[in-house]
Amino acid sequence: MAVTTPKLDAQKLRADFAVFDELTNGKPVAYLDSASSTQKPRQVLDAMREFYEHSYANVHRGVYTLAERATAGYEGAREKVRVYINAPSNREVIFTRSSTEALNLIAYAWGLENLGPGDVVVITELEHHANFVPWQFMAKKTGAQFAHIPIDDYGELQLDALDEIASRGNIKVVANNLVSNTLGTINPVEKLAEWAHEQGAIMVVDAAQAAPHKHIDVQALGCDFLAFSSHKLCGPSGVGALWGRRELLEEMQPFNLGGEMIRSVALDRTSWNELPYKFEAGTPAIAEAYGFGIALDYVSEVGLDAIEAHEHELAVIAMEQLAEIPGLHIFGPPADRRTGIVSFELEGVHPHDVAQILNWEGVAVRAGHHCTQPLMTRLGVAATTRASFYLYTIEEDLDRLVAGLLKVKETFA
Amino acid sequence: MSELEQMYREVILDHYKSPRGHGLHEHPDAQAEGQNPLCGDEVTITVKFAEDGDTIESIGFDGRGCAISQAATSMLTELVKGRKAADVAALPKEELLEEIGIPLTPIRLKCAILGLGVLKVALHKAKGTPLPPEWQNLGDDLQFD
Repeated sequence: MAVTTPKLDAQKLRADFAVFDELTNGKPVAYLDSASSTQKPRQVLDAMREFYEHSYANVHRGVYTLAERATAGYEGAREKVRVYINAPSNREVIFTRSSTEALNLIAYAWGLENLGPGDVVVITELEHHANFVPWQFMAKKTGAQFAHIPIDDYGELQLDALDEIASRGNIKVVANNLVSNTLGTINPVEKLAEWAHEQGAIMVVDAAQAAPHKHIDVQALGCDFLAFSSHKLCGPSGVGALWGRRELLEEMQPFNLGGEMIRSVALDRTSWNELPYKFEAGTPAIAEAYGFGIALDYVSEVGLDAIEAHEHELAVIAMEQLAEIPGLHIFGPPADRRTGIVSFELEGVHPHDVAQILNWEGVAVRAGHHCTQPLMTRLGVAATTRASFYLYTIEEDLDRLVAGLLKVKETFA
Repeated sequence: MSELEQMYREVILDHYKSPRGHGLHEHPDAQAEGQNPLCGDEVTITVKFAEDGDTIESIGFDGRGCAISQAATSMLTELVKGRKAADVAALPKEELLEEIGIPLTPIRLKCAILGLGVLKVALHKAKGTPLPPEWQNLGDDLQFD
């Protein structure tokens, strides 16, 4: 039997997304900002509407049928998250508002209790602010050192710096994104997790930019915490997930306090609920969590291997075409070491001006620092223009990007 | 080419490529600088007053950033030259936006008013002119020296 390369039909998948049938400012949109947030397929939207119309009530409280249905939908989504990242138990899966909230949860509930003078928190030069600022803040608050793993000129981590970092004190936390949201770099998280554990540290993985595009297996990665979001993989915004090792989660104090997260409350003391509810105070984003689960079904059905292959193909084409534009400089590693993200600068034109003129051509890209200011400093720029792809991106979108950039050049010539 | 693009080319790019009032005074009577951290725009403005000590006789700027931020500051120098400090301190942003003439999204609006904010801060520091509340709100995301 021949081995078949997984292949997806982006053109066919686009029929699931109403926005591609529409004209914006008289033109169809070439949506190249999926790394920021993806469009939503009607399967997810229909399922959420159906849930709201026929299965909605608050979760975990009511004894009536609607409440049972809502709880089953919400808990069913938790199981889908568990399967998606191959977590050992769904009690280790916590719904949060976002990846950002998940990372703050770890920084506060674990960091505040476990960090102190003499300890070292290690992040990288290409972290998103969500996995950078909470750790910088917590290091300052606890008197721990804050160290970064530098990157080379390809935007790849310089692991030979690890020995020097280890000599600075007790390494307690290593925090890294599996995929860089600005450069698309795929980081060696397994290696870092191994190193972290040798040092007696925990490994925190920000998978917000990886989970939509690659198979995630928390057990194979060997990490201790992993965060990702629904809205970057065809699901609704307002919900994300945190996975953590049970023994760590058990030891941790709650992050938010209130309803749902308690076992019993008296005037003089309160005890905590079991996992995962200890970390889910208040009414959660119920229908959003349900929609998150449907989005995981959608993405899994298309197939992560097929998505990865499709994005790789687009990254190769985009990098070839962009490299031909005079004065255009691409940041980051070669296509085979990145996902479907291409960040670049166009000589003499500010990225905001690039994005504005591209918008007139119906091409939607992101311009700015992408919540990675330390990385911008390292690259020596204030901002970049970023084009990013997903399962619905077609080659025509790239052609329009290139044509648009030539127009930018002509305008600023 | 749409009307919008035509205007962008004619007005914004003209000022961006040939900025008016470019260059700083060596011994200014008023000076301030500011950044728009969102896109890294930077503007420094210097002012020389006339003999009455109140009329803006000469205004210069230096900076880097997107075309909107730099072109808007260039237009600003033409707009305020010969005016009294108190009038400029009270100058509504709409007057500058009218000069710019193209519709701006909220994000780009911050680029457009950076220079005006820097000038108001410079006058405030040198002459004690008020920073109107409307401006203080607008300036929330901007950083001044």
